[in-house]
Amino acid sequence: MTELAIEVNDLRKSYGELEAVRGVSFSVRRGEVFGLLGPNGAGKTTTVEILEGYRERTAGEVVVLGYDPADRDRGLRERVGIVLQSSGFYPRATVREAVEHFGAAYPRPRDPDETIALVGLEGKGDTRTGQLSGGQQRRLDLALALVGDPDLIFLDEPTTGFDPAARRAAWDVIRSLRGLGKTILLTTHYLDEAQALSDRVAIVKEGLIVAEGPPSELTNRPRSYRVSYQQNGTRVEMETEDPTELLHRLTGEALQRGERLEGLSVSRPTLEEVYLELTAEQHEEAEAE
Amino acid sequence: MSTAVLTWRQFRFERKMFWRNPSAAFFNFTLPFLFLIMIASVFGADRKELDILIPGIAGMSVLGTTFTALTYTFVFNREQGILKRIRGTPMPPIAYFGGVIGSAVANAIVQVALIIVIGHVFYDVSWPHSYFELVLFVVLGVIAFGSLGIAFAHVIPNFDAAAAYVNAVFLPVIFISGVFYSTKSLPLVFKAIAVSLPLKHVIDGLHGAIVSGQGLGDNLTALAVVAGWAVVGLFLTVRYFRWD
Repeated sequence: MTELAIEVNDLRKSYGELEAVRGVSFSVRRGEVFGLLGPNGAGKTTTVEILEGYRERTAGEVVVLGYDPADRDRGLRERVGIVLQSSGFYPRATVREAVEHFGAAYPRPRDPDETIALVGLEGKGDTRTGQLSGGQQRRLDLALALVGDPDLIFLDEPTTGFDPAARRAAWDVIRSLRGLGKTILLTTHYLDEAQALSDRVAIVKEGLIVAEGPPSELTNRPRSYRVSYQQNGTRVEMETEDPTELLHRLTGEALQRGERLEGLSVSRPTLEEVYLELTAEQHEEAEAE
Repeated sequence: MSTAVLTWRQFRFERKMFWRNPSAAFFNFTLPFLFLIMIASVFGADRKELDILIPGIAGMSVLGTTFTALTYTFVFNREQGILKRIRGTPMPPIAYFGGVIGSAVANAIVQVALIIVIGHVFYDVSWPHSYFELVLFVVLGVIAFGSLGIAFAHVIPNFDAAAAYVNAVFLPVIFISGVFYSTKSLPLVFKAIAVSLPLKHVIDGLHGAIVSGQGLGDNLTALAVVAGWAVVGLFLTVRYFRWD
């Protein structure tokens, strides 16, 4: 059995003249949390919907758990759980009825009450889904994706609209799924979310992947250290590949002048900064053409 | 689980949800009986009027439980993302459609049966002369109206607009198709429209089956028109169906 849950090779998708996905390649290993990151309209949702079998690709190769999702094989859907950006349910069904009803389509469903508890909806089993709050609805979405005990879970912006506490709770659920050995493909435009949850991320911009790797490596780029301090009341910021040498020079000069480097800090860029930098670079290239 | 079991489960689920929705239960279920009782109590003495009204209301019931109900269902389920969500699960589409359509058909059958019973018990209309013809026209009507409803859902932009779209079709059609009065007295234009649409022919077929007892041979045109609309409806449904 292959180690890869998802393989995407030179995937393209056009809508008439518009090429929404322009040659995307990446792979997701089994048991990995892979984050697809990018602004709205970057092509993430199109890419994910092709992997989920909702859309047909224009060109390229896609393999999901050994299947071509375009074939819409029931065997694949039995092993995949999908949380869409927005999807409702029969508003007059209770949470338990909804989870039970969806579970019936899978060969080995989880226990409905256990699934409800897993997503933190304990005590809501008899509530009608139309009466849930926005955050609770998203938890129900997750419960419906998990009730079939899938190997691979697609999460499309799973915490959009959550308050900070609900986001942390959702992150805990996602981490616990990873702990169960599930493969997760996460799309998000929250960079901290991608950084906190993903083993690897790909940054998508205008239908292309502009960077890919573990968040720690992505943030470990040339001139990726930032050294800053206060001098005469103004903040001085410098970027460097080698903070050791820079700090040695700065501290040496300061000692010679008999000054202190007030507020000295050395920091690594966050994924957000890398992301903004990468997407900005691409804009400049596009403008230069 | 097998497709048959999943279809049955979806059907049961749809039934449960139907009775939890008071507005659907009223418009889909109670309204035809209210019409029947109100109009029959006004014109009750008139034998001829009752002979028109019973098959007319039965035909309207078939239209309401299938065309109207399925249009609403599919617009709502599409807008809510329920269709898309179901498409992402191993539920076979045939099981889902089977359950949803089966529930509409169940409403149609129960209503037609109740209308016939009410007609016989309270208004002294005879039991149907031909059960075969009755079943045939109900089944063809269900296929034609149901598929046209699902196809119609495609052109309705959102659920808020659905009532306007549905009633713009439903109300004129019941008034020109001989639900409440004979189409003989209609102006020619309306008559021509009614003749080209399926409801009048379903009602003619039901009239033949329940009231007049004239054989199927006299309603072959009606049969052909309804069957033709069923083919058109199925084609449009399959051709233009969208999940999101």
